[in-house]
Amino acid sequence: MEFLTPPPVRWLAPDADDPGPAPHTSERERLQPPAPGQNGNGHARGFLSAPRRRARSSGFAIERMELQDVSVAYSGKSAVKSVSLPVRQGEVLALIGPSGCGKTTLLRSLNRLTELTRGATLEGRIALDGVDITTIEPTLLRRRVTMVFQQPNPFPMSVFDNIAYVLREMGSRRPRKRALEGPVLDALERAGLLEEVRGDLSHPALRLSGGQQQRLCIARALAVQPEVLLLDEPCSALDPQSTQVIEDLIVQLRDEVAVVIVTHNLQQAYRIADNVAFMYLGELVEYGTAGSIFGSPHQQRTKDYVSGAFG
Amino acid sequence: MNGSAVTTAGAVVPRKKAIESTATWRRSDRLGLALCWLLGILFCAIAAAIVIFMLVQGVRYLRPSLLVTSPTAGFSESQTGGFLDPMIGTLVVAVLGLAIALPIGVTIAVWLSEYGRPFWLARVTESTIEMLAGVPDIVLALFGLLIFSSPILGFLSRTSGHVVFGRSFLAAGAMLSLVALPLIVSSTREGLQAVPAHVREASLAVGKTRFATIRRVLLPTARPSVVTGSMLGLGRIIGDTAIIVVLLGATLTLNQADNTPLLGLLKGTGSTLTSFIYQNSPTGEGNQPTKAYAAAFVLLLIVLALNAGVDLIARRRKLTTWSS
Repeated sequence: MEFLTPPPVRWLAPDADDPGPAPHTSERERLQPPAPGQNGNGHARGFLSAPRRRARSSGFAIERMELQDVSVAYSGKSAVKSVSLPVRQGEVLALIGPSGCGKTTLLRSLNRLTELTRGATLEGRIALDGVDITTIEPTLLRRRVTMVFQQPNPFPMSVFDNIAYVLREMGSRRPRKRALEGPVLDALERAGLLEEVRGDLSHPALRLSGGQQQRLCIARALAVQPEVLLLDEPCSALDPQSTQVIEDLIVQLRDEVAVVIVTHNLQQAYRIADNVAFMYLGELVEYGTAGSIFGSPHQQRTKDYVSGAFG
Repeated sequence: MNGSAVTTAGAVVPRKKAIESTATWRRSDRLGLALCWLLGILFCAIAAAIVIFMLVQGVRYLRPSLLVTSPTAGFSESQTGGFLDPMIGTLVVAVLGLAIALPIGVTIAVWLSEYGRPFWLARVTESTIEMLAGVPDIVLALFGLLIFSSPILGFLSRTSGHVVFGRSFLAAGAMLSLVALPLIVSSTREGLQAVPAHVREASLAVGKTRFATIRRVLLPTARPSVVTGSMLGLGRIIGDTAIIVVLLGATLTLNQADNTPLLGLLKGTGSTLTSFIYQNSPTGEGNQPTKAYAAAFVLLLIVLALNAGVDLIARRRKLTTWSS
């Protein structure tokens, strides 16, 4: 294959245990023919030999969500057109595509956040562990499918209360602070924030740094033990170092939860994703392993997009 | 050319300060600028004159004894007593008015900002509140007298036989809450709308209900705005005269309706600092200007303290915000 323009690659110091590009370990990848692009011309190899964050593949994948012919429209204006995808635990799924292609809308429809927008309609079927999500009460669904946003948005309270708030049922203060301490510390630990905030859990969350705030938001989303974690461009407001910390975190988390990430950043998608879905003008153009989407895309539009011809 | 200029003699002349000099402006522009300065200074001077005048008069006539004695009817300064009762009256009216206006105002603001449906009802509510802000308080007072004199609401004031007096702390407090309501609604609403949409969604996206989001995230965030609105409303309540004169019965002292501990007071009549000032000003019945000055000084201090409080809160508000 031919890249029209070489995509910019951010070179990173390779990890000692980096297994190299695109190991095919997940169930689905093993079923597919190996991506031929990895042995392609110089440009392609340059892009693909960028180190990936995945120290090892998780080796298993449990299907958590299934999207069948999902279409979303805002007041009759179509935003997502007939998308079918699996979402699996043990894998990171990245949604890529140019602005306005429906990535975020698709992500928001997974925990019924689209319903908050007036005039939004959803067609098709989205199942969580085999159950249609429209039959699940929204607050229960959103405890099982939690979301982190583009802007770090901790609530204006202490670090502890940010997570305790999520754990408390329906706005009551019932569980005592003592009883919540375990789960709160556990969530902070999973989000890799515990070491930095252990000394002062009553620190106002909005005084943390941007990267810490975003990890607090991830901790908040993990506190309710969700099955699926949705991330809407979680690093776009952060500096490169914070981004790296969060990318490492995402790769670690994929064993515990199914991770879906929307990103504008192709290199980021390549670094952390197992599977990539490329969307354009509301359609799912191509879905496949990160190696095949970036190395040997089947569709011309995918090829143009990942090579930087548009977007 | 940029930082300094070299003259023909070779001496380096440091460039003047980087601010624009008005010397290069057109004459009409300079005249406009001068007018702006003049008007600004004029208004500062007027405000300062009021405060200083009241301060001087207050210091001249305010005696500690005035604060602790009740007013009595009389012809000379030594006979008419102090203004303890009006001060208590002001406090009672302020607490009552705010106690009614705050919960209602915050509820309306939350509904307008977070729900606002059906759309037409939200629009009607919005313009009703705007209209309420523009209604002269004397009109509210007359309307209140009509309402509270009706037999159904007789339990809110003194009654003799079938005649309902219609004037009491409760009646005045209820009508005064309408004066404070628009300020509380608009300020709270602004505070709520300043919270970015993604913060609301972040709470919903981890499975919290709308109610929990409003109670635990949005209202605490908007608290400075709620407090600002309340303080502005409080200032209006304390400063209002027309409703007090018409609806509080215009008795100098607190006049209990019956012997029930608190309710008797609330159903009874009395006066506030504003009605006391009106009463004792040269145009009023009492005509004890020195007492009026002393009371006006106390009132001014209260209002200035409220304004300073609002200022302090507005300044502190900037500390916790999200990047947008």
